[in-house]
Amino acid sequence: MNFTGNGEMFNDAFILGCSAIGAGLAVIAGIGPGVGQGIAAGHAAAAVGRNPGAKGDVTSTMLLGQAVAETTGLYGLLVAMLLMFVHPFKQN
Amino acid sequence: MNMLLSSDDLGFMIEGVYPLHFGDTTLWITTSHICLLIVMLVLIIFSFFCKRAMNKATDVPGGFQNFVELIVELLDGLVQNTMGWSARIFRNYIGTIFIFILFSNISGLFGLRPPTADYGVTFPLGVTTFTLITICKFKYQKVSGVIKGLCDPWPFWLPINLIGDFAVPISLSLRLFANVLSGTVMMALVYGLLKVIAYAWPAALHVYFDMFSGAIQTYVFCMLTMTYISDACGDEVVKPEKA
Repeated sequence: MNFTGNGEMFNDAFILGCSAIGAGLAVIAGIGPGVGQGIAAGHAAAAVGRNPGAKGDVTSTMLLGQAVAETTGLYGLLVAMLLMFVHPFKQN
Repeated sequence: MNMLLSSDDLGFMIEGVYPLHFGDTTLWITTSHICLLIVMLVLIIFSFFCKRAMNKATDVPGGFQNFVELIVELLDGLVQNTMGWSARIFRNYIGTIFIFILFSNISGLFGLRPPTADYGVTFPLGVTTFTLITICKFKYQKVSGVIKGLCDPWPFWLPINLIGDFAVPISLSLRLFANVLSGTVMMALVYGLLKVIAYAWPAALHVYFDMFSGAIQTYVFCMLTMTYISDACGDEVVKPEKA
């Protein structure tokens, strides 16, 4: 892959820098799961307050839902990892 | 490339240990294989001890027998509560993958690279779940039920339902993989970049990343597997209990 024809402009340092910026942007995906997990935990706390007897069931349901909600954030993390450590856009 | 954050001196990557040559291609025995072997050896030795303890089982359990019975009852209870009538079929499988994934995740505590932080380990687990789901669907819902499920609200919903079905193993395996990998990377960053002051306090991080996160992800993987499989099994099969 050669973007400029002579490869002068996009040297390795430039591509690594852009990859680092992209990795930083990718982990912004963590905001969504953070908010979602917080909402789930808050509602679980409210549910336990209303019905303390169901603490075990509420906790396991909450953990399951939070782990599923976490997936989108983890996709962002994976993209960041690939950009940082695998360097998919490196030219040589 | 001489970078501050080069992955060479961090040491969380999968590394080749021993090359195997097959004609032109070279396959590597990697750290994942070795850690997987160690985990499996530990499990096999553990199971030998369990077998020996259960061979001379006493009515009043004591010591190791008590411990083994506790584990088995815990896992059986978990499967029974989640799966209902199909629990008796999948009790052994769920128990096995539970213990395997748990040991794999916790192995980071003992200095191994967790085998589940390799997509080549978690993807087969996801594919196994997918295979079981598909087999159960065809066995218990028959072909008509499967087609009906695929065309759920309307027939033109079929491609979306198909994508949803095939996303199950991918999201299952990626969830486990990425969680364990993120823990591994965090620990590697702490030990690699804060080398000077990394004394004693990373133990707290180990408790979170290896034990808490590992146990939660094990639970989630098994729970989702059980939910999907018991969904596929359906609940219309009512067999009267013969006493």
